Amino acid sequence: MSEPPPRPAPPTPHAPPLAETAAPPAQAAVGAGAVRGCATPTHDLAIIGGGPAGLGAALEARRLGLRVVVLEREAEAGGIPRHCGHPPFGLREFGLPLTGPAYARRLVAATRAAGAEIRTHTAVVAIEPGPRLVLATPHGVDAVDARRVLIATGVRETTRAGRLIGGTKPGGVMNTATLQGLVYLNRQRPFVRPIIVGTELVAFSAILTLRHAGIRPLAMVEPTAHVTARWPSALLPRLLGIPLWRGTELVAIEGTERVTGVTLRSASGTRHVATDGVVLTGGFRPEATLVRQSHLTLDPATGGPEIDQFGRTCDPAIFAAGNMLHPVETAGWCHREGRAIAARIAESLAGALPPPEPALRLRPADGVLYAVPQRIVPDARTTGAIQLRAAAPVRGRVVVRTSASVRGPAVDTVPERRILMPLATIPPDAAGEAEIAIEPDGRHR
Amino acid sequence: MTTPEATAEHYDVAVIGAGVVGCAIARRFTLDGARVVVLEKAAEVLDGASKANSAILHTGFDAPVGTLEADCIRAGHAEYREIRDRLGLPLIECGALVVAWTAQEAARLPALIETAHANGVTDVAPLSAAQARALEPALGPGVAAAFRVPGESLIDPWSAPHGYLAQALLNGATLRCEAEVHGGVRNGESWRLETAAGPVSARLVVNAAGLFGDMVETRLLGAATFRIRPRKGQFVVFDKTAAALAGHILLPVPTATTKGIVVCRTAWGNLLVGPTAEEQEDRTTATLDGPTLARLRARAEEILPALAGHEITAVYAGLRPATEEKGFRVRAEPAAGYIAVGGIRSTGLSAALGLAAHVRALWDAPLRPIADPVWPAMPNLAETAERDWQRPGNGGIVCHCERVTRREVEAALTGPLAARTFAGLKRRTRVTMGRCQGFGCGAEIAGITAGRLAVPMLPRDGDE
Repeated sequence: MSEPPPRPAPPTPHAPPLAETAAPPAQAAVGAGAVRGCATPTHDLAIIGGGPAGLGAALEARRLGLRVVVLEREAEAGGIPRHCGHPPFGLREFGLPLTGPAYARRLVAATRAAGAEIRTHTAVVAIEPGPRLVLATPHGVDAVDARRVLIATGVRETTRAGRLIGGTKPGGVMNTATLQGLVYLNRQRPFVRPIIVGTELVAFSAILTLRHAGIRPLAMVEPTAHVTARWPSALLPRLLGIPLWRGTELVAIEGTERVTGVTLRSASGTRHVATDGVVLTGGFRPEATLVRQSHLTLDPATGGPEIDQFGRTCDPAIFAAGNMLHPVETAGWCHREGRAIAARIAESLAGALPPPEPALRLRPADGVLYAVPQRIVPDARTTGAIQLRAAAPVRGRVVVRTSASVRGPAVDTVPERRILMPLATIPPDAAGEAEIAIEPDGRHR
Repeated sequence: MTTPEATAEHYDVAVIGAGVVGCAIARRFTLDGARVVVLEKAAEVLDGASKANSAILHTGFDAPVGTLEADCIRAGHAEYREIRDRLGLPLIECGALVVAWTAQEAARLPALIETAHANGVTDVAPLSAAQARALEPALGPGVAAAFRVPGESLIDPWSAPHGYLAQALLNGATLRCEAEVHGGVRNGESWRLETAAGPVSARLVVNAAGLFGDMVETRLLGAATFRIRPRKGQFVVFDKTAAALAGHILLPVPTATTKGIVVCRTAWGNLLVGPTAEEQEDRTTATLDGPTLARLRARAEEILPALAGHEITAVYAGLRPATEEKGFRVRAEPAAGYIAVGGIRSTGLSAALGLAAHVRALWDAPLRPIADPVWPAMPNLAETAERDWQRPGNGGIVCHCERVTRREVEAALTGPLAARTFAGLKRRTRVTMGRCQGFGCGAEIAGITAGRLAVPMLPRDGDE
């Protein structure tokens, strides 16, 4: 890996962590103003979350000579790929189809080799202006002051509670990530004949995970008429002989200690099916509690922070990257995005980013679930794209309605699919409010 | 193993049922010097009605005047405040607002205020709609009038009964789980109870069997004086980000049958809405119903419109041991060595310590109170006081949504009141009870608890 000349700050590869003696009193309540003081920033960049996006940002920031710390709440960095014991990961980064854990290990090793400090067992519990991050560590409460902060806390799947599924609450109901942890990390078999709910890409990861543990799913159920994930993943259940029940909704779970069955509803009525487990897949939502409890503006459409095309939130010292901006993309995409935004952060430290205002504010309208970035700042070098998702399967064209209507790409899409509209198509002087919509072309998909 | 010839262990008092009421009664008799055994049918304590409630310490302002329930809530509220520091139990004195949403409801507020005064809750204050809104700016449109009850408070509904029982155990009481009482006979001065864990003999039997109170009474006395009619309550819990929307406990104007849908914070910093009141025959299973939960969420969003867009953290349902009558059903047969504490259909958490003192006074056997009892310090899980994650040496956070440390999990798996089931571990620590419901930590918790729970979290290797 080539090292470009350092800028803007001289590198101090191993900035010392805050001394334990400098920790605030343990009684300090968490929240705005809890940990005060105008400490000199010990880091140029503090990254919250050591998944693909955070590690990508750390790697790039080190390449650019920044003093970087990654704050990872788990015992090991690597993020969600750590649990995904199947390929393909890392085709883009390493040119090899790796398993998730192997990919995660490589990312961590590359980041460490570049001189980034990774602190594990370190949970950020508050983001404060400054920026200052309040930390929970095995040694109690601590804090980090940094010149810039990057939030890369990722996503989680919608739980059984969030889906308002009825019935009882036996053991054996879990999201894909828990299943992966049980199978790949603990080598446990939580059930024998579960059903899989959902058909996003992660549902196919659930199938591979079950297969790894020798568990044969009873069926895969999808409430809509469409399989969400794109070809060729959608062929997987058929290849493995797993029934796929479309237009079928899980309405109730039965059992006391363990799952004994479920109630399913489809156009043909309600029926009971015996099963011993339920894997609830997808329905990704940003792990954005920290953002909600901070001074940052949240975008209700994504559930993550509002950003401009540089990844900059409404606090110009705080940036965000990865899946918390756009639930949900692949690990490789997030890694690349983390690297790109780290480069923008280096520019920000050098005073090279345009001011955050004026900006064009994008609001999702007809047919658009969300669009990122939500703010577009006039910028001579504008590259990159607006990334958006359709709310429902649709064929048509993306449009941005400012004072005039700007035509974007033609699309034939489903909600899980990424749509990109080049920023260069937006007039450079556009400001104020704009809608981004998908205008259907009238043909049925 | 239970044979008629087996020798019974002998106690002064056998408490049947380790719910909040049984735990408080066990503590009272133990501290007063009795040898106590607690007999619990389930593998874990607090496994019946006490596992699900709205986690409020009531003042009793709205209790029927002059009833045992009103007396016990008042006494229970006072004793909780008196002992909670020594047991390390939280008390969040947020107060309640009783909110009238229609003119008809507003017309009933003066009578409710009068009831509060008659119940000795004299600090209630009527509020105009504007005053209520000033106190709770997030309230939705349509508030007609309100009044404030300063003494209504939030507590941890599990650390309290665990604390009562832990104190009993540390001062000599015995706990037997998986010890369902199948029957019993009175021989002169004492009972011989046949339980699933062997025979037990006791001078006094206190039936605090909650949802099974009438069945236990029938097994012991041949017939019951009350009949349990389980009443289900479903709840929806919003994420901690929503808690700032309500300072007070927001109570509706009650009806003849129910206190109605409450919206309030929890001691753990979430926001909950519930319960429903649905009669059913089943005493063990409280099923959730998707459309009902959706209606609860919709009602909560009417009360606090800003709740829309906040995530739902958990949903749960519980059963209240209601009977054919509204009041508590306490039946004392001192000569027969039997006291039943039945029909604690609501307010059991608030009334438990008061009920315990009441039951103790019904038994006139001379006892010598323990001079210097041991006071266990319960781990604090409330957001308003210092948590373990804020202290050094905590072993790191295991469950991030609820910030539960490894040291807390280890502590809950050891000691005289160690968790015996995964549900019991959750009640003691809150692991997996946050917004991700185990997405992040489920596998790790399964690893930590493997082989250490009486009822394993997952099938053991080879189980099929």
